[in-house]
Parts: sequence; structure tokens; C-alpha cells
Amino acid sequence: MSLFSTPGPAGVGEDCADDSRLRDFAAVFFRNRMAKAGIFILAVLIVSAVFAPLIAPYEYDEQDLLATLEWPSREHIFGTDEFGRDIFSRVVYASRISVMVGIVSVTIGIFFGGLLGAAAGFYGGAADDVVMRCIDVLLAIPAILFAIAIAASLGPGLFNMVLAVGISSIPYYARILRGSVLSIREQEFIEASRAVGSSNIRILFRHVIPNCLAPIIVQGTLGVADGILYAAALSFIGLGIQPPTPEWGGMLSGGRSFIRDYSYMTLFPGLAIVITILALNFVGDALRDALDPKLRDR
Amino acid sequence: MSDPPLLDIQDLVIRYEKRKGAVCAVEGLNLRLERGKTLGFVGETGAGKTTAALGIMRLLPEPPGKIVSGRILFNGENLLDKSEDEMRSIRGGKIAMIFQDPMTSLNPVATIGDQITEMISLHSDLSRRDSIRKASDMLDLVGIRRERAGDYPHQLSGGMKQRVVIAIALACSPELLIADEPTTALDVTIQAQVLDLMKGLKEAFSTSLLMISHDLGIVAEFCDDTAIMYAGRVVEYASTAELFGNPIHPYTRGLFGSIPSITGGKGDLRTIPGLTPDASNLPPGCPFQPRCDIAGPECSKEAPRPTEVKFGHYCLCHLNRGENQP
Repeated sequence: MSLFSTPGPAGVGEDCADDSRLRDFAAVFFRNRMAKAGIFILAVLIVSAVFAPLIAPYEYDEQDLLATLEWPSREHIFGTDEFGRDIFSRVVYASRISVMVGIVSVTIGIFFGGLLGAAAGFYGGAADDVVMRCIDVLLAIPAILFAIAIAASLGPGLFNMVLAVGISSIPYYARILRGSVLSIREQEFIEASRAVGSSNIRILFRHVIPNCLAPIIVQGTLGVADGILYAAALSFIGLGIQPPTPEWGGMLSGGRSFIRDYSYMTLFPGLAIVITILALNFVGDALRDALDPKLRDR
Repeated sequence: MSDPPLLDIQDLVIRYEKRKGAVCAVEGLNLRLERGKTLGFVGETGAGKTTAALGIMRLLPEPPGKIVSGRILFNGENLLDKSEDEMRSIRGGKIAMIFQDPMTSLNPVATIGDQITEMISLHSDLSRRDSIRKASDMLDLVGIRRERAGDYPHQLSGGMKQRVVIAIALACSPELLIADEPTTALDVTIQAQVLDLMKGLKEAFSTSLLMISHDLGIVAEFCDDTAIMYAGRVVEYASTAELFGNPIHPYTRGLFGSIPSITGGKGDLRTIPGLTPDASNLPPGCPFQPRCDIAGPECSKEAPRPTEVKFGHYCLCHLNRGENQP
């Protein structure tokens, strides 16, 4: 958020390189074919989430009791479930939930985890010890178990599920940000900004945290994948979204009892999960490579 | 003696307290800097120059650093009595500091314009628009085109970065500028440019300067007074002309002796034997005595006291009271 507009066309070629860092980054990022594929899939996912009512041929809860358990056909390209609901429409609508859960849970994780980790790393001493030992305890619990425990105690529902997934990811972001803050706070420009009279809070938010963003961006991207997966898992065991709202995990769970005779019922929501997670991982890996100068010039 | 000097350090003692014992980084430092003057601080690595400077700014990493005793009078007020809030407005506003390495003393993710503006907005009531304009003016002043305010540090060369650092330091017209080896990280031609720039700006802003360096050439050209530091103590202090013309302390003589001469022969460079002593385990008596070629018996028994050899020329040595020079 620079106060200064970038200079206009300058005389010397070198001077035009104001966004060179971003351009470098984009060049490295898009050199990776997996990243391109990942970005494309994510774009499709987001479009389908936003425009679900326009894309889906049927309502997600529209039952057609004369056409239950139909294999994929021209009217129902992913087939229908035991209530005659169009699976394609349901998969499309479910992407809304998944995108929302993924993004919101990561936001919760980054916000609270980042704040805790940054404060612990920056202030050090007793604050660091107390916060990080608590985080260590939480890290000892597998994240999915932790999410299940929170969801079980809060009760089912979209909001509680998002909260559970978000909270269970806090320790990971806290660890990462603390590590970055520890290395940044020893740099000379931090001392220099103390020497111009900046307060601690100002140094932390204006100078330390902006320099710690790269690993958080990478972890956040991969975290969206985790969030979607955990949400699916919670819904699968009945702690997440309740029917009839479609959710990929919940749809898998519903199709489970028909898996022998009507495997398409689990196939399509399963594929949706797999492809989304794969795409997010491609993007996350490519981001990591592009943001890490050591890996750049391979 | 109507006005107090701008900076008057009295008996400053700074220690780094470790579990194994204290390291005396600065021991009994006495210095005075008059308004508009330049004081050079010369010494080897580890002599306590930077510690003393950070002590003045109250920026020592505490713990382990600790100002044990002494007074730092700035405009007659003791900085050691100030609260953290008061110090924050003094830092940058009244006392600014330039760090050694311009490569790392700018925030890599903020534009240079933003970084100068931040300094101005912290210490003045200017509106945002005026702060931005002033930041651009400062860039002009240090010889960087104002259009480059939107650039990030990685787009500038080392010399330009140091100019930006100088612009930040001078943005609020501080009364005292502490420059901690401002040119060490630059190559020689750029050093000269940066030094010229600092000299000009120092006069334009009528700022006093505390110049930390281990380059005697820079000090000779730049400073009105010079203090030679060794193992946390000022061993010799005089006006630059007096000190360079008539060095007394054996360490100072050693320093001058080890400067290669352009006209001299090709013989080996003269050096001072030995190493700077470990500050946590100083030798008894005079800390320089193990390396001193004229040390006498009293040197290892008793620490020398500063003596005024000539008017305004102080020396910390048993043997040199002006008369017995070898």
C-alpha cells in the first residue's frame, strides 16, 4: 500500500522495473505447468460456487421420485440419488460450502494463529514460553481429532464446522509465523526503525509481519485444501453440514450404502474433492517454489 | 560556560551480563560534544563504540545489556532518566542514527518514500500530504530523483540505499546524528560521495555528528575532535589536529604506525602485536598493557586515570604525562 504512485514512463529502461519483483514471481510461478492447471481448476471451482444457481440444471433439493437412483444420462449427467435429486446440481452447490469453509477457516487460523505466533516471537521471554507451550500441547493432538472434538462439543452446523476447522489449524500458523518473526526481528532494519522512534506495535505490524507473509501465503493455500478435506470428513461422520444442504463429504456419506450398486453416487463428489485438493496443492507448491529465492533458478 | 554542551557523557559504564559473569563493554566513558561539532569515535571491532552509541539511544538489547552507572546529558537533561515514551520522541526526532549496513537497514517490503514518510509522520504534525512532499524533498536533497520514491530498496544500489538512510535520519532535523560506520559497507568511490553528502547536509542542518569509524582517514577529514577507544575505555581524546599531530598513547601511536605509507618502502606493515582482550576477562591494570611495548611495572598493577596532557588533550596511560616520550 504505497503512498507513492509508481513513476510514469521513465527515460532509462532500468527505471521501468518497478514491479520487477512481482513479475519475476509471476514468471517463475507460471513456468510451472501444474500451477497453471491448478489455477484453472480453482477458477472453475470459484465460478461454479458463485454462479451455482445458473450452472446447476436443477435445485439442489429438488426431488424427482420417479427418477431415483438413475445412472448418469443426458438429463442427469452425474445421475440421481435415492431421492431423485440431480447429483451434478448438488456437486455444484456443494462447491459453495467447500470454498466458503476453506477460505473462512484459513482466515480464522491465520488471524488468531498468526497473532499468537507473531506476539510470541516478537516479545519473546515469558510470553513466548506460555503461548508456545500451549501451542505445543495443541499440536500434540492430531488436527482432525481436534476438529472433531470441537465440532462434537459445539454441535453440528455450518458455522460450528467452520469454527472447528479454523480453530484446529491455529497452532500450525502460530508455529510458522513465530519462526519467521524470530528471524526478521533480528534484522538491522528493525533496529533502525526503533532508532527512528517507532513503537513496538508499529514495528510489529508495519515492519515485521509484512516481511513474514511468504510462508503464510503458502501454508494458507495448502490450508484451504486441509480445510475442505476436514469439512468433508466432519460432514461424512455427521458433525458438519446437515442434509438436505449438499456438501461433498456429506454426499459421500449418503452414497456409502449404495456404493456396490450405484457407485456413481460416491464417485462424483469424491472426484470433486480429489481434484480440488490436488489443484490447491499444485498451487501451494508452485507458490512455495516461486516465493523461495533459493529454489528459483533451478 | 553558559550553554551546556549538546551531549555530555559522564562516567558511563555499560555491561553485558551473562550467566558466566559480566562483560564490560564500556567502562568509565567521558565525552563531550558541542553543538554543530563532529566527534570521531575510533577503535577496533569490539572496543565498545557501537555499544556506547546504542547506549546513548537507549537501544541496548536489555537484557543482557545494562547501563550500570553514569549520566548521558543531552541538552543538559539526563537521557537515562527518561521514560520509554519520552525516549521514543527523542529517537529520530532529536537524535538520529545511521546504521552500518544500508543493505539491511531498510525494510525490503516498503517503498523508500513510505519509509521516509513514516519517520516524518512519527515526529511532526504535518499532514499526510505534506509529509509525503517533504519525503520527496529529502530524496532530492540526498541526490535521488524524487520520482523514485515509489521504488523498493532492492531496486537501489548500495550507495543509493545509504543516501536513503541518511534522508530518513535527517528528515526531522535532529540535533545529533550518530553514524555507526556509515561507509564501511560501501566501496571507496561511493564512500567519498556519501561522506561529502553527509558533510554538506550536516552543515545545512547544523547537526552535531558522532561519527563511529575505524577508518582514521575518514576521521581526520571529518571530525573536529577524536576519541580513541580501546577495550571499552577512551584511551586518548583530543582535537583531531592535536591527536594526529601529537599522538601520545602507545595504542594510538600503534594505530598510526600501522597505516601503510604511500611513499615509504615495501617493508612489512607495522602491526600492534596481540589481539583485543576478551572483554569478560580483562588483564589487570591497564587493559592495553599486555600489548604495550613501553609498559612498565605499574601498568599491570593499577588502572591508569585519565590525565590532561595538554589543554584539551586527555590520555589514559601511566607513562605519558607529557614528559617521557620514547
